[in-house]
Amino acid sequence: MARSNKPIVWGPFAAGGTLTAFLTPVLILLTLLAALGHVPDLLAYDRMHAFAAHWLVKVATVAVVFLSLWSAAHRLRITCYDLGVRADTLVAAIVYAIAVAASVAAAAYLLLI
Amino acid sequence: MSRKPYVRALRWEWLTRHPRYPRYLLRELSCLFIGGWTLMMVWGLARLAQGPEAWAAFLDALRSPASIVLQALALAFAVYHSVTWFNLTPKALPLQLGEDFVADRVISGAHFAVWGLLSLAVLLLAGAF
Amino acid sequence: MSERVVELEVLRYNPETDREPHFRRYSVPCREEWVVLDALNHVKENIDPTLSYRWSCHMAVCGSCGMMINREPKLACKSFLRDYQGVIRVEPLAHFPIERDLVTVIDDFVAKLKRVKPYLIPKQPKALEDGEYRQTPAQLKRYKQFTLCINCMLCYAACPEYGLIPKFIGPAALSLAHRYNQDSRDGGREERQQEIAATEGVWECAFVGACSEVCPEHVDPAAALQQVKIKSTVDWYLEHAMPWLNK
Repeated sequence: MARSNKPIVWGPFAAGGTLTAFLTPVLILLTLLAALGHVPDLLAYDRMHAFAAHWLVKVATVAVVFLSLWSAAHRLRITCYDLGVRADTLVAAIVYAIAVAASVAAAAYLLLI
Repeated sequence: MSRKPYVRALRWEWLTRHPRYPRYLLRELSCLFIGGWTLMMVWGLARLAQGPEAWAAFLDALRSPASIVLQALALAFAVYHSVTWFNLTPKALPLQLGEDFVADRVISGAHFAVWGLLSLAVLLLAGAF
Repeated sequence: MSERVVELEVLRYNPETDREPHFRRYSVPCREEWVVLDALNHVKENIDPTLSYRWSCHMAVCGSCGMMINREPKLACKSFLRDYQGVIRVEPLAHFPIERDLVTVIDDFVAKLKRVKPYLIPKQPKALEDGEYRQTPAQLKRYKQFTLCINCMLCYAACPEYGLIPKFIGPAALSLAHRYNQDSRDGGREERQQEIAATEGVWECAFVGACSEVCPEHVDPAAALQQVKIKSTVDWYLEHAMPWLNK
């Protein structure tokens, strides 16, 4: 029996799970407030644009997006198996690919700002 | 005497044995909402990069009733994820000071406190009040 | 002493005559303070001597009488009849093959237990005349909780991942490996990692947490497994991201 390389996928899952536990609820609350007509100041175009233009914010945003999506992808993979989808390699490839592709897209959009 | 062990195949039956199993599934399904909302934010970044009109259209799209319902659901699931995650943290990260282990509720409690303060700080900095 | 007639529904399976298991119902006159095991003993002694099940100590120490009671893994000797209403359904432990009636085939668990080397592998073997391996109370407390396992396998019957992935080493064996890894006198972690950090080791655990909920000795296997995951992940990243640390 050899030691597994699972830590590659589990490390970012655990980091992302912790990060989303601390951060995601309040971020959703911000967009929900905006949706309900009470737009937080930060979401005004000029402020949001200036905020996202800072390199540190860009780096942090890509990190948050990647870790959030990766941990969600990993959970979805396990849940698929739990619910009887046995094509684990295929499921893993799809969900991780979506997480990586969306993170790369986020980085690309941020570079345009 | 010949042996003929009987093997019971398992599919979904375990989910109905005890409420803890659907609760676990619910916890895991929070990933759909957290992941879905994050993808929506990536879309928001794209619209932000396209200029003021695109950004305004994005904010407008957030206001549709379906989007509000989805965000409210996402918020509920995200909170459920946080609560379950912090409740389980002491198991993964026990802390032994001297001879004794720090009580689970102290470790969880510290996480909940930081979560609350951090959320408040984000709301303040984002000018939500 | 009050008496009550309890309806027991017991899953029966005779490998010589049955194609599949079936329930049989017994009406058992029970005393107030009886546990499910007492009711089964009454059935065997007075109603149906062919009923097969494992038990020994009748005091939650030997770990033999694990079974599904109303679909929840329980020690029959620790399950008081007064805590149940209506018909009580008794089945062999889930996820294990049925040998006969309530007796399961546990070869898989025993083999896994062996693989994780659940015994002290001293860092430096000492001769008898060099004295004992000493340990502080703090060092003892570091792993004490994980020594309480009685190998009753309730955690395996509670764990859906074990049910779905039979190769998974599972809660009790992994917790015992962790118990020795946490022992200051032990030097066998590298050997055990070969098994427990393998894919079918700790990595099939999804932290359902059911193992810890059903454990009659409060070992908290779920905690042990998460700690193994974190330590194995740190190992991996140290080894691969900082190769200059390798010897």
